[in-house]
Amino acid sequence: MTLPILLFLLFVASTLGITAWAARRTRSADQFLSAGGGISAWQNGFALAGDYLSAGALLGIAGLITRHGFDGLIYSLGWVAGWPILLFLVAEPLRRLGKYSFADVLAARLRSAPVRLATAASSIIVILLYLIAQMVAAGSLVQMLFGIGYRPAVMVVGGVMLVYVLFGGMLATTWVQIIKAALLLGGGVVLALLVLHRFEMNPLALFAAAAHRFGDQVLQPGDKVAGSGWDAMSLSVGLMFGTVGMPHVLMRVFTVRSAAQARNSVLYATCLIGFFHSLVFIIGFGAMVLVGPDAVAASGGGGNMAAPLLARMVGGELFFSFISAVSFATMLAVVAGLTITGAATLSHDCWTAVVRRGRAGEREQLGVARIATVAIAVLATALGVLFQNQNVAFTAGLAFAVAASANFPALLLAILWRRFTTWGAVAGIVAGASSSVVLILLSPTVQIDILGHAAADLAGRWWFVPLRNPALISLPLSLLASVAVSLLTPEPDGQARFASLRRQVLFGASSE
Amino acid sequence: MEHVEERAAGLAARRSRVQYAASLAVAVLYFGFMALFSFDQPLLGRVLASGLTLSILLGFVVIVGACAVSLLYVAWLHRVHDRALNGSRRS
Repeated sequence: MTLPILLFLLFVASTLGITAWAARRTRSADQFLSAGGGISAWQNGFALAGDYLSAGALLGIAGLITRHGFDGLIYSLGWVAGWPILLFLVAEPLRRLGKYSFADVLAARLRSAPVRLATAASSIIVILLYLIAQMVAAGSLVQMLFGIGYRPAVMVVGGVMLVYVLFGGMLATTWVQIIKAALLLGGGVVLALLVLHRFEMNPLALFAAAAHRFGDQVLQPGDKVAGSGWDAMSLSVGLMFGTVGMPHVLMRVFTVRSAAQARNSVLYATCLIGFFHSLVFIIGFGAMVLVGPDAVAASGGGGNMAAPLLARMVGGELFFSFISAVSFATMLAVVAGLTITGAATLSHDCWTAVVRRGRAGEREQLGVARIATVAIAVLATALGVLFQNQNVAFTAGLAFAVAASANFPALLLAILWRRFTTWGAVAGIVAGASSSVVLILLSPTVQIDILGHAAADLAGRWWFVPLRNPALISLPLSLLASVAVSLLTPEPDGQARFASLRRQVLFGASSE
Repeated sequence: MEHVEERAAGLAARRSRVQYAASLAVAVLYFGFMALFSFDQPLLGRVLASGLTLSILLGFVVIVGACAVSLLYVAWLHRVHDRALNGSRRS
């Protein structure tokens, strides 16, 4: 167990070196929160992929495919399909109108304080839920991969992440993402090639071998992973539009110089993420055929060990250590990206724009951003320890549901709809966030899996919601609330500003 | 001056149409697949060849299609839209 730890320490040491370099270049709030807009499109494409490809993408999906076959791909598809929508509708207006957070887009045409507080609240909820999922996954995986305890593992992740973000800001965080994305993609390519090497480099031969051993149904859709019927549709709505509403993804568009670069970086990220998920499909089936679902399940961790065990089988102990270290680095990078986004939301939206009404000086903004970073890192570590035995899929699913139902509709309407108003935005965000939380509390995920009620008892209750994923109801509810309240509270000023913002979105391109 | 304004408005409208069309294409591709997955699993489970089912084939069509539409969209923006926009600003 020492080799994975050594490789991980090597990663931490090199990224801390980058942090020291970045710290000398981070003197203003702008540098701290958006790396001064000096990241190139390719770098940001990798960093976006680094922010977005969590440990769930490699370990979680490979484990699901090993156990259930084809169905594991459903999560992959939703996580990939959201990116083009981000590219077509959101990325460029966001880059042209915003500075540090997507609330800037709403504040540019609506009344600043109410919309910033509403988006800040929903963003912080999303960030904390997703942080809990990442911290808990990190803790339990590190227990297995490295043999150190759960609490020390969570504290190591929290502590190292705090150093990156606190001293190196967005510049260091971005480079941590880039390195991690390159390692993760490189490791995924090598692992998939080593698997395919045993099947004449033909994925179909691999799938045929899986069908031969475990039956055709492993290549066919089922209902074990994503449910079926409306529940699967609801999951797909949440995954696709949740991606577009994820604050840490949206924040990355501010790190590049221009809208054209923002567009390119989202395109690169889309292709990298699509490519990576195709690799994971091969890795999952490789683990099914070469390691076997029983051996993966026996190693514990809810099937998450499929990819590392496969790496040991096809590449030996060194490769196992490499994949383990990369998995840990992945969690570290994702929590760093979430933390700096939370810090931007608290310092830029809540403190500078609302409390100080835009009158905070550069030093003050930077100081508040750093205090917010420490607060979020401490909170994330504490929550990670507290929620040790929490179902990770539940908190991550909730994060995507709130992002899809609260953030996405508000952002979309702010960009596209002339008659959108301040109170329409607030109503939509509140309706989306609260309905997704309430619907999940009344769903089988909480009522059956967590509270242990019997399905038969619940079937007749009027309040029981049979959907595990709320987005199919909560997203339309949020849109409906936004549209209804906007029509009831007309805002002529906002409509006038909308016309000038449309010009800014169109003509920004050539002036940059 | 009015001429330039009109051309800009025309370009903006054309760009919006392309944006909506591209979004619709990806949404139809993805939700079309998910509708089959949710409501017609026997069809999606058909075995096409050894090691290949319709679900695997269409799943990869969704991933590749999403990337392809994104590539085409960005290429169109760079080659057609931005050039036309720059041209109208100069005139």
